[in-house]
Amino acid sequence: MAWSHCRKKEGKFEFKGNKYNVVDLPGTYSLGAFSEDEIVARDFILNGNPDIVINVVDATNIERNLYLTTQLLEMGAKVVVALNMIDEAEKRKIKFDLNRFSKELGAPVIPTIAAKRKGINELIKQSVELINQDVKPKTQISYGEKIDQEIKKLKAFLSDKNLEYPSQWIAIKLLERDQYIYELVTNKIDLSSSDEFINTLHQLKNRTEDYELEIVNKRYEFASKIVENSVTMPEVIVETKTDKIDKVITNKWLGLPIFFLIMLLVFQLTFTVGEDLLGGLMASGIEALGKVIENYLITINSPELLVSFVTEGIIGGVGAVVEFIPLILVLYLLMGILEDSGYMARAAYVMDSIMRALGLQGKTFISMIVGFGCNVPGVMATRTLENKKDRMIATLINPFTSCGARIPIYLVFIAAFFPKRGGLVLFSLYLLGTLVALLMGKIFSKTLFKGESSYFIMELPPYRWPTLRNVLRNMWDNVSGFLKRAGTIIFAVVTILWILAILPLGVEPYSRNSILGQIGLLIAPIFKPAGFGTWQAAIGLFAGIAAKEGVVATLGMVYAGVEEGTALVTAIQNAFTPLTAVSFMVMTLLYTPCAAVIGTIRKETNSYKWAIFTALYTFAIGWLGAVLVFQIGQLLGFS
Amino acid sequence: MTSTPLVMLHPGEIGSVKHIHAGGCATKRLYEMGFNTGAKIKVIKNDAGPLIVSLSGNKIALGRGLAYKVMINRDI
Repeated sequence: MAWSHCRKKEGKFEFKGNKYNVVDLPGTYSLGAFSEDEIVARDFILNGNPDIVINVVDATNIERNLYLTTQLLEMGAKVVVALNMIDEAEKRKIKFDLNRFSKELGAPVIPTIAAKRKGINELIKQSVELINQDVKPKTQISYGEKIDQEIKKLKAFLSDKNLEYPSQWIAIKLLERDQYIYELVTNKIDLSSSDEFINTLHQLKNRTEDYELEIVNKRYEFASKIVENSVTMPEVIVETKTDKIDKVITNKWLGLPIFFLIMLLVFQLTFTVGEDLLGGLMASGIEALGKVIENYLITINSPELLVSFVTEGIIGGVGAVVEFIPLILVLYLLMGILEDSGYMARAAYVMDSIMRALGLQGKTFISMIVGFGCNVPGVMATRTLENKKDRMIATLINPFTSCGARIPIYLVFIAAFFPKRGGLVLFSLYLLGTLVALLMGKIFSKTLFKGESSYFIMELPPYRWPTLRNVLRNMWDNVSGFLKRAGTIIFAVVTILWILAILPLGVEPYSRNSILGQIGLLIAPIFKPAGFGTWQAAIGLFAGIAAKEGVVATLGMVYAGVEEGTALVTAIQNAFTPLTAVSFMVMTLLYTPCAAVIGTIRKETNSYKWAIFTALYTFAIGWLGAVLVFQIGQLLGFS
Repeated sequence: MTSTPLVMLHPGEIGSVKHIHAGGCATKRLYEMGFNTGAKIKVIKNDAGPLIVSLSGNKIALGRGLAYKVMINRDI
């Protein structure tokens, strides 16, 4: 589980007058080219030429963690092992013979307690020392007679090929049928010539016998042996605090109710603290700032166009995003606590049964929960899904989980038509989004991606108190992304919309005669069956494809000449009916996600096809949903 | 000794991995999660939904479908 740690992060530190760059790679269990995280980590170790690799291993989980260590050592990297959570291991009566451990492994081992910042100085000192030493890692795993023979044979061929990685490692990777390495080797040599090496490579490629699994198995045996020799495990596994908590949290009957209670609490807190309390403060702050800037611009006799651009365009548009940062802040704070405490993995566990009935799996739901904050990290969170099919489905359905940027839209319509039933309306929208996501997931698993089997496996880490550091860092990573968005994409969107709204010159800004108005008129007929076929509504939705925050700001400008406030609410009351308000909200809930999400889907699936597909099919679903609401509503006599 | 699928074990039962006959990717993932040949496994929970097992003191949840494919030697 590493939804918040997918990207690599960098930092710097100074030690004895020298400066060092530190790159934090995504947490992985291995370095095959298996999941996105692993590829990122491996690429960096191979191509980033790190002086030293600090491998943080979990002392309570040593055997499995050593698998990665053995892979690093085989790659020829200089490794320092940080034996982390050593206090937790001691608590569980796991004892290490550090000298022997380090010797058998062939790398320095430093015990640390990262949460309490213990052992860090020693770790840095040892790492820096090792940088300057010229040692070749001497770890060599025996893979059994047959495979060792093959390795030897390949090594002989590789020795004169002048590849930048150790030939032992390349040989092993070739036997593991690693695509990346295969291509690397075949790019270096002339495949059309017919020497023995090429024949061997061809044989490897088409071989049916599976060395791959045997190699993984042997690596584990190697790790097990080191552990057996240098670590004393307790005879009987005592029931830990974690086990006791899990008896309740993962209970057959209690698991789901507890999960829903926690989710309810998270959203309640997010909306009361993030939106009502802090969001309100932020909004009035920005409004005041806007006024100050406007007055200043007027006093220095700025051209009217500039004043309009700054107040309407920039402060209106970018301000709409900034106002909603407290909400994101609180949501990610709470998510971070759930993640860091170990609950998130249980949530996936608990949801797995329901999700399985729908042809999906537990981890898919986690990516959806993340999507409630923002669909960009939501789509990225699908990286924790090992299976291609599961991952594709989770990616395609994520936009239906109602992201935070859509909330301001709902709030305006709620204020206009359902002020007394706001909570219910919001809840229904979230529920509808979730149900549509699950339904589409089911459909996709039966149609587009049928056949591929999916499996569920994940670690349930021990519960622990979340550390402020981790939680705050996670929060900042996500929020800073938003700020960047506000500063770049949304700024650009706002500018373009503003330009479209004042052109052709001389036209009244934001009127139907402006280019923006004309675009609206062109699109509007599509939405006639949904009840809101006006050019104003069409422009709002148009802006929403660039950024969802643009919907309210644009509606405000075209209806009332203001971004928000009571004037907008009144204008909405005049332009919509309760029924069309509902169908419009359903449309904004389900239709095409913002450009940033489409871009992320393109990047994550590495395909324009899927990005365009998502944009189109979500639009169709949104339109269908809005039309159904309006038509059925009319039949039932609503207006 | 005959082996049983992991999914047949009751909570509290201990066994060791004998063989995994899942697909290549799933098998590899299982190895990487620590289900290598000979690894000692204790079943903690096996009722509804995925199983929870303990592997050298760590808890791992795995789906029932996968648990059918992990063959176990009981009581070693």
